[in-house]
Amino acid sequence: MRIIFKKSYDADIGLFKHGFHAFWYMLLLVIAIALPYLVGEFLLGEFTSMLIWAVAGMGLMLLVGHTGQASLGHAAFLAVGAYTNVLFMENWGLPFLLSMPLAGLCAAFAGMLIAIPTTKLHGIYLAIATMAIGILSESIIVILEPWTGGVSGIFAPDIELFGISFNRYANITGMYWLYLAITVLILIGYRNILRSPLGRSFAAVRDSEISAQAMGVNIARTRTLAFAISCGITGVAGAMMGHFSGVFNNETFNIVISITLLLMIVVGGIGFIQGAFMGAIVIVFLPQAISFVRDIINGMTGGSSMTIPGLESGVFGAILVAVILFEPNGLWGRWLKIRTYFELFPFYRRDMFRRQKSYLKTERMR
Amino acid sequence: MDALQLLVSGLANGCVYGLIAMGFVLIYKATEAVNFAQGDMMMLGAFVALGLTNEHYAHLPFVVAVPLTILIMAAVGYLMDAVLLRRTFGQSQIAVVILTIAIGFVFRFVAGVIWGHEPQSLESPLAGRDIRFGGVVLGLDEVFVIVVTIALTVGMYFFFARTKMGVAMQASSQNQMAAYYMGIPVKRVHSLVWALSGAVAAIAGILFASKGSIDPATGFLGIKAFAAAVIGGLGSLPGALLGGIIIGLVEPFSARYLGGDLARLMPYLILVLILVFRPHGILSQVQAKKV
Repeated sequence: MRIIFKKSYDADIGLFKHGFHAFWYMLLLVIAIALPYLVGEFLLGEFTSMLIWAVAGMGLMLLVGHTGQASLGHAAFLAVGAYTNVLFMENWGLPFLLSMPLAGLCAAFAGMLIAIPTTKLHGIYLAIATMAIGILSESIIVILEPWTGGVSGIFAPDIELFGISFNRYANITGMYWLYLAITVLILIGYRNILRSPLGRSFAAVRDSEISAQAMGVNIARTRTLAFAISCGITGVAGAMMGHFSGVFNNETFNIVISITLLLMIVVGGIGFIQGAFMGAIVIVFLPQAISFVRDIINGMTGGSSMTIPGLESGVFGAILVAVILFEPNGLWGRWLKIRTYFELFPFYRRDMFRRQKSYLKTERMR
Repeated sequence: MDALQLLVSGLANGCVYGLIAMGFVLIYKATEAVNFAQGDMMMLGAFVALGLTNEHYAHLPFVVAVPLTILIMAAVGYLMDAVLLRRTFGQSQIAVVILTIAIGFVFRFVAGVIWGHEPQSLESPLAGRDIRFGGVVLGLDEVFVIVVTIALTVGMYFFFARTKMGVAMQASSQNQMAAYYMGIPVKRVHSLVWALSGAVAAIAGILFASKGSIDPATGFLGIKAFAAAVIGGLGSLPGALLGGIIIGLVEPFSARYLGGDLARLMPYLILVLILVFRPHGILSQVQAKKV
């Protein structure tokens, strides 16, 4: 059992709780940097895809996990990021280093535009409104054909940076490192937002809007900012996704992607940054795991390679049901429990992470 | 005449949306949970009916298959609540939303495994017959859909307003603790509401399948029906039907006069406008939010 002795007020909001904490994350970073030397090209591509999902998940996590506003339409902002990024590069000839942040800003602006009329909506109604926006965006992409290429889609050019060209097929290692750098930058930014007054006000709005208001938090402004930052991060993820997939159209950003994004962070663990990464790992590596298991089963039974269409989403749905029922805090929450069990051994109690039960009340008044 | 036929087919479509929306509203009214799997329950109901009726599968007579399907789907609804949803009692609405979305994924998978992913159509005695009415040719299936929907809505309305069970459902929705103190078995009432909504989903599925073909992705229709429920007002049964009909009518008419791309936008555009200007729907019962 470790007792942390805090010697200054800053220790409360430090990036790391203690030395070992920092050590483990640095070790993880070193492994992540060395990954191209450890795994093959195919797996490296999967890890790159995982980073993109993780960034998109972080964007949504800021909104859902830390500000408590559900969104079922975040694919719309992925789309804004992906399209504006390519348009800036193609039409204005901007370099990637400039077009990607600009794409993020555009997505943030779009998010703000969405947030302002929906500030009055809560819970389920907000989820519905964002879902409607997600569906609308899909059709808007088709209508804006002169810019977006409509149904036939649009090609993302290779990223040119300091004379090096990054392409998924020609230079996956470079692309992985580039995306890793972007992910780490966003991660640090996210952590810093959380320990700033803004991040505190996000948490206050999430936990109780009324108490937040009583403490002098401007709810409308905070929610709008949360939407803007969240959509900005998601927009950057969209730009990354565009370059990774090379070509994309309206179908790339349909409502299923929005739903999957939300489900992903729930599986990972709502309210933890790590949850976004855990969820991304599940999303990206589940198909691999399924085909791996299938190969083993086929090897044992000697049967031919049978495939069941839609198995991935079925298994994913089943995992989600299990997570919601047995572990509402997601995979990261489960890991925290296991860790606490060993840290406090033998003093861990079952009710340590128990949530307070609240009986739901009607919204209707008669 | 052309507009009239557009009107009737729009109404029929709208009634199916309205029926799915009614499933949402039933559950929302009674348990304040939102069932995003309603569309998939409709799809499952349609496939169960198809599996029981079609020559290729069980080949039962249509009159036997329909009540059987309704029973099976009611059981599915009951079990969904009793086994899964009940455990989330006290969790946030969003947790329930995510749980039902996940259940929808599983339903789609199950339907895909059992019945395949190719579109199939129900061999119902209604399909392909016409009614001639003063120079207008109307499909029997479309008229039937409208009649069944109206009957069901009226029945539901009286069920909630007049019967003991209906009032118990409303009571357990408005305040679970108070309802519990009044001797209402809240948990069982919730499960029964889910069963009822499963039965409604089965009816919607049968009607939808006798109008056209279905495949496991049909469940996404639930999103449109959900828009209908919100437009009408999430807590109101007539509102669900009204919302469904609005969407059902807006779609064919805007497709005709504005073009296909814009037509696909219209239902959701209306939804967003309603949410911004009248968040609780056209026929809402909400006056103010309690803290």
